[in-house]
Amino acid sequence: MKFNRDFKGRGGEARDPRLPPGQYDIGSDWPVLSAEATPNLATSEWTFAIGGLVGNPVTWTWDEIQALEPASYEGDIHCVTTWSKFGVSFGGVSVDTLLACAVPLPSASHVVAYSHTGYTTNLPLGDITDGKAWVVWEYERRPLEVGHGGPARLLVPHLYFWKSVKWVAGLRLLDHDEPGFWEVNGYHDRGDPWLEQRYQGD
Amino acid sequence: MPKPGRWQVATVKQVTTETKRAKTFRLALSEASRHLAGQHYVVRLTAEDGYTASRSYSVASPPDESQDIEITVERLEDGEVSAYLHDVVVPGDELEVRGPIGGWFVWHGDTPALLIGGGSGIVPLMAMLRLARRSGRSDLVRLVASVRRPGDLYYAKELPGPETTVVYTREAPPSWGRPPRRLGEEDLRHTLAPGVTAYVCGSSGFADHVTGLLALLEFPDERIRVERFGPTS
Repeated sequence: MKFNRDFKGRGGEARDPRLPPGQYDIGSDWPVLSAEATPNLATSEWTFAIGGLVGNPVTWTWDEIQALEPASYEGDIHCVTTWSKFGVSFGGVSVDTLLACAVPLPSASHVVAYSHTGYTTNLPLGDITDGKAWVVWEYERRPLEVGHGGPARLLVPHLYFWKSVKWVAGLRLLDHDEPGFWEVNGYHDRGDPWLEQRYQGD
Repeated sequence: MPKPGRWQVATVKQVTTETKRAKTFRLALSEASRHLAGQHYVVRLTAEDGYTASRSYSVASPPDESQDIEITVERLEDGEVSAYLHDVVVPGDELEVRGPIGGWFVWHGDTPALLIGGGSGIVPLMAMLRLARRSGRSDLVRLVASVRRPGDLYYAKELPGPETTVVYTREAPPSWGRPPRRLGEEDLRHTLAPGVTAYVCGSSGFADHVTGLLALLEFPDERIRVERFGPTS
């Protein structure tokens, strides 16, 4: 395929270097995408657990996780449906802080992150450590809306956003990769937007 | 679910107007690729300077023996891809496509299914309805289409049947039994049956409204599959 006649699209102008290949800037919108009914989850019922290959399995209540050292992310997010959103801010806790309590075993190489709705996604452990991932409950300094995963979601902004599990309930550490909900349905196991890893085989 | 195919060139065979804002494009694929009812394809446009834009569109045609698929595209204002497809593309043109994609919002044709679509959300459900009718299993399927006005209904000639209900929310055809109003519990109650899986497709607001109604009707959450149409412009 050479090119589509008369198609100019939003090219032409200098392309924003913050845009990974095949993405466009959605501006102020933030589409809600999920494959299940939106749950009605009270903070009093919400918990977050780390289990599997760890020395010290931990479960935090809402109040307990709020008491941990706060951390925030400011930057961009990228959805596999081709929109990107620049300069957003989230507040919560670093996954490093949580893993430090749970103490991963040396054999742990991957995680399955899961939600209170049964959604799952897989990640290499290295993609959620060293300041690359958070559990967040604030967006632009306000409580995270339920449609966007509130009361709290996982945030892994350097990967496509389906990895950032909404209504997150925990992490299970494994010594192997175990494809999650979208990954068994044809989406990529890692999902790096800069490598355009959208689907299995990319 | 296997890997989606590689990028391939498809030829536009036919363009049909569905409504003022929606057209159906019949595409002849260069590589056979049998889809499941509910799956989508990605369309990628390339400009002369190498700039590309991709959007996903649900397949409206049922799985069949042909090497063709049909996608129905709503023209969005400022829609980079949809406006090009509507305003420029004619039969004979080539388009780059990739698919089929998706393994969750699919119906295999052999289980009871309640299909609830709002506006353009009817597209993947139409593939399911067509599959049911073609295979003689209309008894498995109930479809509820919610649209604002008669002129907004896709597949208006083909869709009506004993297994389908159209709900008008703003303006109904003359002498229509139901006054125009938002989809309500009473529109869904008669469609529920034990063991049925609900497929809900439309805007995020529509999806939340419908899953809320299903909850009021004590329909189990784990039997609901949702496809939210974002701004796939």
